[in-house]
Amino acid sequence: MRVQAGEEANEKGAYFGLAMLTAILVMVLLAVVLGAILGFASVKFKVEGNPLVEKVDAILPQTQCGQCGFPGCRPYAEAVASGQAAPNLCVPGGDKVAKSLADLLGVEFQPVGGAEGAGPKPKRVAFIDESACIGCTACIKVCPVDAIIGSTKLMHTILIDRCTGCELCVPVCPVDCITMEPIKADLATWKWRYPVFELKKAA
Amino acid sequence: MRTLQKFHGGVHPPQHKAESNCLPILAAPLPKRVIVPLRQHLGTPAKVHVKIGDHVLKGQMIGIANGYISAAVHAPTSGTVSAIDLHAIPHPSGLPDLCIRIEADGEDRWIEHQAVDYKTADPDTVRAVLRDAGIVGLGGAAFPTYVKLNPGQQGKIRTLVLNGAECEPWITSDDVLMRERAAEIVEGIKIMAHLMQPEKVLIGIEDNKPEAIAAMQAVCRSVNLEQAANFEVVPVPTLYPGGGEKQLIKVLTGKEVPSGQRPLNIGVVCANVATAYTVHRAINHGEPVISRIVTVTGNVQRPQNFEVLIGTPLGEIIQLAGGAAADTSHYLIGGPMMGFDLTNLDAPLTKATNCIIAASPALFPPKPAAMPCIRCGQCAQACPADLQPQELFWFSQSKNFDKACAYNLFDCIECGCCDYVCPSHIPLVSYFRFAKSEIAMQNCEKAAAEQAREHFEFKKQREEREKQEKAARMAEKAAAAAAAKAAATANGEAEDPAIAAKKAAIQAAVERTKAKKAEAAAAASTNTTEPS
Repeated sequence: MRVQAGEEANEKGAYFGLAMLTAILVMVLLAVVLGAILGFASVKFKVEGNPLVEKVDAILPQTQCGQCGFPGCRPYAEAVASGQAAPNLCVPGGDKVAKSLADLLGVEFQPVGGAEGAGPKPKRVAFIDESACIGCTACIKVCPVDAIIGSTKLMHTILIDRCTGCELCVPVCPVDCITMEPIKADLATWKWRYPVFELKKAA
Repeated sequence: MRTLQKFHGGVHPPQHKAESNCLPILAAPLPKRVIVPLRQHLGTPAKVHVKIGDHVLKGQMIGIANGYISAAVHAPTSGTVSAIDLHAIPHPSGLPDLCIRIEADGEDRWIEHQAVDYKTADPDTVRAVLRDAGIVGLGGAAFPTYVKLNPGQQGKIRTLVLNGAECEPWITSDDVLMRERAAEIVEGIKIMAHLMQPEKVLIGIEDNKPEAIAAMQAVCRSVNLEQAANFEVVPVPTLYPGGGEKQLIKVLTGKEVPSGQRPLNIGVVCANVATAYTVHRAINHGEPVISRIVTVTGNVQRPQNFEVLIGTPLGEIIQLAGGAAADTSHYLIGGPMMGFDLTNLDAPLTKATNCIIAASPALFPPKPAAMPCIRCGQCAQACPADLQPQELFWFSQSKNFDKACAYNLFDCIECGCCDYVCPSHIPLVSYFRFAKSEIAMQNCEKAAAEQAREHFEFKKQREEREKQEKAARMAEKAAAAAAAKAAATANGEAEDPAIAAKKAAIQAAVERTKAKKAEAAAAASTNTTEPS
C-alpha cells in the first residue's frame, strides 16, 4: 500500500513537474516572441521627436512675433508641449488658438491676457513711410520672415503678402517711420457674414 | 427616345417666365460710358493692358488673361480710357473692384478682327483664341471656358452636355437666345465638339420652353443630316434646379458626379448654350465677348430681353425696360433662388449677369422671421445634392466647421431649395455660405501660416549659415595672420647674420668711439698734469 502510494506520489510529482516545465517553457517562448515583436516595432515604428510639438506648432499662427516670450512659434510650441508654458500666451492667435491648444492638451481653457480675454486681433501689416526712411536696415534684421526689402542707405519697403503683422520692426526703427495698417477689405478677403436678423418690437 | 433619370429632391417654384419671353431680343443703344471690371470670371482677375488717355477700338483687349484660370476683357465700344480705378460692381458684398472706364466716342468702330478656321488649326491655338476672346461660362459661375474644353490627362470625353435648362424662375435670356439664334448656338457646339471629340452631344432644355426646343431641334436635324453629326436635343422635365450642372448630367446620362470631383472625372463636359453662342462669335467671326443677352423683368414697365454691351451701368439697362415702378423696393441680380441684392445701380453689366429683377413687396413678400428648426426633414427631401441641410444648419450655426465638412458641406450648390421648403423660414443657404467662406478663409490662413513658417525657418537657416561663414572667415583671417607672423619670425631668423654683422659693426663703431674718447681723456689728463 505504502509502496503503491509512494509510486503514485512519484508519478504525480513527475506529472506536475512536466506540466510546470511545459508551462514555463510556453511562457518563456511567448515572452521571447512578444519581446522580439516589440523590439522590432520599437525600431521599425520609432517616432522622431515629440509628435505633440508638431501638433501645437500647426495650431499656432506662425507670426514669429515673440509676444509669448519665446523666440518664435516653434520654441513656444516645444515649451507648451513639455508643459513649461501655458497654452494661452499667443497674442496674435487670441482665444481661438488658446482654446484649440487647451483642447489638444486636455487642460482647462484660460483666456489670453487674463480674465477679460482677447479675440484674434484684426490682421494688420507694417507700413514704412518711405519719405522718412533713412535706410538703416534695423528693421530688415529683426523681420522674422524676410518681408522687408532694402539696403544700407537705400529706402526700405514691406512685402505685404509676406508680412505676418508681428510688429517686431516697429520699436527698432530709429525714426519711427513704421506703422501698422489694417488690411483693406477687398473681394479676395471678403467673407459671407453670419446671418443676423433685426428684431422688431412687438406692437 | 432617351430614357431620362431623376435627381434627388428639387422644388417647383412659380416660374414667371412669360413676363419677359414674349418679346424679341432688343439691341440696347450705345451707352455714353462703359465700366469694364477686370474680375468678371472665376480665378485671377485680368491684368490691365491700357493706359489712361489711350484711345481704344471696339473689341480691343484692355485686360489680358493673368495665369491659367483667367480670361481677357475687351473694350465693348470705341472711345477713350478715362479712368482705371475702383468702381461698384454687381457682387453680393457691395465692395468696389478695379474697373476700366471708357468714354464712348459714338463711332463704335471695330478693331481689325478675323475668323479662325478651327478645323485645320491646332486645338491649343483654338483654346488660346478662346482665352484671348474672354470666353467664360455664361451660366452663372463664369469659369474660363478654354480650361473646360481641354480634355487633358483625364482621357476621353464621352459626352458633351449643353445646358439650356434655365431652371431659375424669371430668367429667360437663354430661352430667347435659343429661339432666335439656334443656328449660331449649334455652330458654337460644333466647335466645342471638334475640340473634344465626344461620342455624343446632348442639349438639355426644360420642357417649359417648347419654342426653344423646336428651334434647336430644327437646326440640329439639318446639321445631323448634312454633316453626319449626332447632336440630340433632349427636353427635360421642368424641376428646379434641373439646370444645375450635376443635376442635368444626372438627368441626361444617369451618371452622378462623385463628391468633390468635376464632371470631367466621369468623362462629361457641360457648358451653357449662351457660352456656345459666344464661342461661335469668337471663332467664326473673331469677336470677343463684349455684349450679352440680359433679362430685365419683375416690377418694370416692359419686361424684355436686351442685348447689352458689357460695362453698361445697370441703372441704364433698367431704363430700357421703361424703368421700375414706384413701389420697387430693391433689385435682384440673377434669379430669386440664387441671386443677390444689388446695392448700387451704377454697377456695370458683367459677363455673368444674366438677369436684373426689380423687386416689390407685392412680388417678393419679405420673409417671415426665422423660427427654430423643428427637424421635420423637408429640406433633406428637397436637397438636390442629397445632403442633410438640417444637420449642416446645426453645425454651421454653432461654427462646428469640421463636422460641417464631414457632412459634405462643400457639395452644397446653394440652390436655395432648402430655404424654399423650410416651414420655419430659416435662411439655411445664408448659414451654408457663411460656413463655406469661413472655412475657405481658415484654409487660406493656414496656408499663409505654413508659408510664414517656411520663411522663418529659411531666415534662421540663412543666419546660421552666415554665422558659420563669418566664423570660417575669421578663422581663415586668424590663420593667415598667424602664418604671416610665423613667416615674419622665420624671415627674422634668416636675416640674423646680416643683422649680427650690422650689430657687430655698430658695436665696433661704439667701441672705436669709446676708445677714441678714452684716448682723448688720457691725453687731456697728461696735458693737464704736464704743466703742473
